[in-house]
Amino acid sequence: MRAVLALFLCISLFFGGHAKASTDLYPLPPAKEKQFQGLMHQFRCLVCQNQDLADSNADLAADLRGLIYERVLAGQSDEEIKTYLTDRYGDFVLYQPEFKPATWILWMMPVALLVLAAIGFYYFVNQRKISA
Amino acid sequence: MKKLLSLTPLLLFALLIVFLWRGLSLDPKKIPTAFLEKEAPTIQLTDLLSQQTTLSNQDFQGHVSLLNVWASWCESCRQEQALLLQLQAKHFILYGLNYKDQDANAIDWLKQFGNPYQKIGVDRAGSTAINWGVYGTPELFIIDKHGRIRGKQIGILTQSIINESIIPLLQKLEKEPA
Repeated sequence: MRAVLALFLCISLFFGGHAKASTDLYPLPPAKEKQFQGLMHQFRCLVCQNQDLADSNADLAADLRGLIYERVLAGQSDEEIKTYLTDRYGDFVLYQPEFKPATWILWMMPVALLVLAAIGFYYFVNQRKISA
Repeated sequence: MKKLLSLTPLLLFALLIVFLWRGLSLDPKKIPTAFLEKEAPTIQLTDLLSQQTTLSNQDFQGHVSLLNVWASWCESCRQEQALLLQLQAKHFILYGLNYKDQDANAIDWLKQFGNPYQKIGVDRAGSTAINWGVYGTPELFIIDKHGRIRGKQIGILTQSIINESIIPLLQKLEKEPA
C-alpha cells in the first residue's frame, strides 16, 4: 500500500511540475499570453541546461524571458523569435530539435527500430509455426 | 543466411553500445558556436573609461581583433586576466565588453588587475551580449580583418588554449588580405 502511494506521489510530482513563467511580471493580452507561455517552453535555459526558460531562475534565462516578452508585445511571430534565438545560440537553444537532414537519424531512429523489430518478430513467429 | 540473421540482435546491440559509449565522452557543457564565419552582430556601446568614445563595429575593420566579455564580479575573469595582458603584449588588439557590471567596480578592477583593452563597451543590461549570443563571462570572440567572427572561446582561458588554438588562429587571420 505504501509502495502504491509512493508511486502515485512520484507520478503526480512528475506531471505536476509544469512551471509557468509569472504572469504578474509579464502582463499581456490573453492571445499573446498564450504565445508567450508557449515560447517559454520551447527554449532552453542555456546556462543551467535541462530546464526550459519558464522553469529557470538564472540571470540569462530572465533576460531571455524579457527579450521574448518584448518581442511578443511588439507583435513578432513565433517563427521570427525562434530565428532570432537560433541565429545567436544555435539549435541548442531549442528544446525540441528541428526536423532537418542533420537530425533525420534522431527523429527516424525510433520508427526504423520499430519497423525492424516488427519484421524480426514476424520472421520469428513464422519460423516457429513451420517447425511445429 | 540463417546464422547471419540470428546474429543480427547481437550486432544491433553492439551498435547501440558504440553509440552510448560515444555519448559518454560528450561534454554537455560544450556548446556549439553560432555566428562562426558570419558578420559580427551590431555593437554600439559607450566606452567605460571615456564617455565620448564608443565601441562599434567600425573598430573591427582592417585588423584582427579580440572581444572579451568580462565583469568585475566574475571570478574566472580575474584568473585569466594575465593571459589577456600577455596577448596585448604580443600587440594583438583587444576590446572588452563589460557585462552587467557597475562602472566604478569595473574601473577599480582594471586598476587592480591591469587593462589589456583598447576600448571597453559598457553593456549594463546585457542586451548587446544577448545580441552576440553570449552565455556568460568570460567569453572571447576572435574577429577577422573584415569584422567577421572566426573563433570563440567560451569559459576561462588557459595558457595551453592560448598557445595551441588562439595564437595560431590569430596568426592565420593576420596573413589574410585586408
